[in-house]
Amino acid sequence: MGNNIGTFHILLADDDADDRQFFSEAISELRMEHKLSLFKDGKELMDYLEHPDTQEADVPHILFLDLNMPCKTGLDCLQEIRANSKFKDLSIAIYSTSSSEKDIEETFIGGANIYIKKPNDFSKLKKVIKDVVNINWQFHTSGLNMETFLFSI
Amino acid sequence: MKFYIKFDGIAACKVIVREHLNALGIKYEMLSLGEIIINNKISDDIFDQLQNDLGRYSIEIVSNPKNQLIQRIKDTIVELVHEPDMPLTTISVYLAEKLNLSYGYISNVFSEYTYSSIENYFIIQKIERAKKLIIEEELTLTEISYKLNYSSVAHLSGQFKKTTGLTPSMFKRIIERRRLSAKTS
Repeated sequence: MGNNIGTFHILLADDDADDRQFFSEAISELRMEHKLSLFKDGKELMDYLEHPDTQEADVPHILFLDLNMPCKTGLDCLQEIRANSKFKDLSIAIYSTSSSEKDIEETFIGGANIYIKKPNDFSKLKKVIKDVVNINWQFHTSGLNMETFLFSI
Repeated sequence: MKFYIKFDGIAACKVIVREHLNALGIKYEMLSLGEIIINNKISDDIFDQLQNDLGRYSIEIVSNPKNQLIQRIKDTIVELVHEPDMPLTTISVYLAEKLNLSYGYISNVFSEYTYSSIENYFIIQKIERAKKLIIEEELTLTEISYKLNYSSVAHLSGQFKKTTGLTPSMFKRIIERRRLSAKTS
């Protein structure tokens, strides 16, 4: 992959409107050219991803996924996405309030690339999102191995 | 049947590029990886064809000079971390000598276009190499730390944890368990 991957496409699925607002603000401060798509729950997200018009070339670069959502939980979505090889280059960042090593490990084994222990304050959250997007961008632009891309923050 | 492959991405990439250049009858000279000189003039059609053929392997022809420099910096760093005996020089001296440019210039161009510093990129690549070696299981963590010029295994583990958020042993366990669950499902 080259140095330029065009617009960096970011997805976020979270049922909490305040959280979506925080994320949007944090992401709007990124330096790279990007596009953000928001989803209110897991079902809405999966409908979008599985829409037949979503070709392999338009698969987004990174998905931020809240673990606790109604209808479809983050783990359900993770499982469905990882079962579809079309999304092998999509990095999945799961965020949760749990910081137990067991939860982190299980999430990674389920196919997540990034595990975010959600910070309580907004300025920390912003920093975390920036760090995550940056490291992910490096993986995409330098053709690093996605299968061993694990990052816990 | 299910099996795992071990591979050398750089060698594979060189073979792919050579095969495609030969197939199109292009006369070329391959300098260090990533730099190719074509001696005769070739038609736009053939160049487009080459670009398409290589694109299938996610190999991209870089034409903008700044991007070319960034690609050379990245390739030089990747080559360095794959050296069987990594030289002990600092990354700044190494790059300045290899690319014959001042480190200040190299470092500014790199940061401006990649949202990362060279030092940070060098660490990412060293950890990436460490991950591969950990999974291959031929070397102990101590041997890996020597191979990648860390002063101690603690230094490597510390940088691994800082870069990935995981300890090397947790990383290894996750990858093993992922492979196991892929096998049984």
